[in-house]
Amino acid sequence: MSYVAILLGGILVNNFIFAKFLGLCPFVGVSKKVDTATGMSMAVIFVMAVASAVTWVVQRYILDPFDLGYLQTVAFILVIAGLVQFVEMFMLKASPGLYQALGIYLPLITTNCAVLGVAILSIRSNYGFLEAVVNGIAGALGWSLAVILFAGIRERWELTDIPKPLQGFPSALIATGLMAIAFFGFQGLFKSLFVK
Amino acid sequence: MNSFGKVLSNGIVRENPTFRLVLGICPTLAVTTAAENGFWMGLAVIFVLTCSNVLVAALRNVIPSKIRIPCFIVIIATFVTIVDLVMHAYMPEMYNILGIFIPLIVVNCIILARAEAFASKNTVPLAAADGIGMGIGFTLAVILIGAIREFLGTGNIMVMGTALLGAGGVGFEPAIIMILPPGAFITYGLVLGALNSLQSRADRRRKGASA
Repeated sequence: MSYVAILLGGILVNNFIFAKFLGLCPFVGVSKKVDTATGMSMAVIFVMAVASAVTWVVQRYILDPFDLGYLQTVAFILVIAGLVQFVEMFMLKASPGLYQALGIYLPLITTNCAVLGVAILSIRSNYGFLEAVVNGIAGALGWSLAVILFAGIRERWELTDIPKPLQGFPSALIATGLMAIAFFGFQGLFKSLFVK
Repeated sequence: MNSFGKVLSNGIVRENPTFRLVLGICPTLAVTTAAENGFWMGLAVIFVLTCSNVLVAALRNVIPSKIRIPCFIVIIATFVTIVDLVMHAYMPEMYNILGIFIPLIVVNCIILARAEAFASKNTVPLAAADGIGMGIGFTLAVILIGAIREFLGTGNIMVMGTALLGAGGVGFEPAIIMILPPGAFITYGLVLGALNSLQSRADRRRKGASA
């Protein structure tokens, strides 16, 4: 599979939010404002790209040769938690400005199931190293696209008059569902571009 | 033993993780394409949640509070690995349907939230009750959403390979969108809205009765 196909497929067709249901807790949590959504997106793109690379190496050079496949879940979640901690400390030293901007979102990324999800998906799809990294970046970009678009919608609809039982979470879910229907349109586009 | 039952029912009704606390949204949406998928996912969650709650409660005085989150995650990941291997060995078909959402139970917010908010502060029996109650609450919720989606999306509900409503279904054109991802969001949203509405009506009635 070519890198372009993985990238476009991950962003538009197999979008993490709309098609795979990964990373929904932070999706709802940080989509109240476009600014916070953008900040979180930056952090997620960075962590998912690095986590994809590191977990691939862990799987190929530690778990596979020693026949420890059953430790995958434990190993990956520890790697991701450690990585997030490391990124946090590194940013604090190297770029306090960026750390200030992302500060609160960084620890939250450990529990973002999109990070662990993309790592496991890349292994299950038998991707090579570069393919796994591209897959991680594509998933993160798709997630970011969804969360920033959704924050834009949410800023407007917070001001509208919604029936009381549907306010907040229920209306957020229904709006996401309608956006998911819209994203279905990309499936046709993708088919006509790549499958001839 | 009174408090045991209270904690147990708390997770099923008053603090239902799916409908009241709104935790663990990803698996709720992903595995509810059919009622039966929801049931097996629910069982897996009950097992992991109860075992991790018990172990966290048992070790609550041993684990230093600074590194408690990594400790909780390792405990949870251990039980998730057990579920993963058992399901892979004995129910390969269901394992394929639930896919990566079995290993992803590790990052299910319900489980870490209960370890942190309840199990790390309570005794072992209470933590077990909380785990079972919350697990059953989650299971009932995903079965409900799964049944609604399966009914509207396929016109029937399958239980162990037999159609619950007869072979022909109920005879309407099924809306396929309901078993596709958008249907998951819309069903969950509407069910939540309906429950909120029932809740506020019950509150109003209680207020009216006391006044």
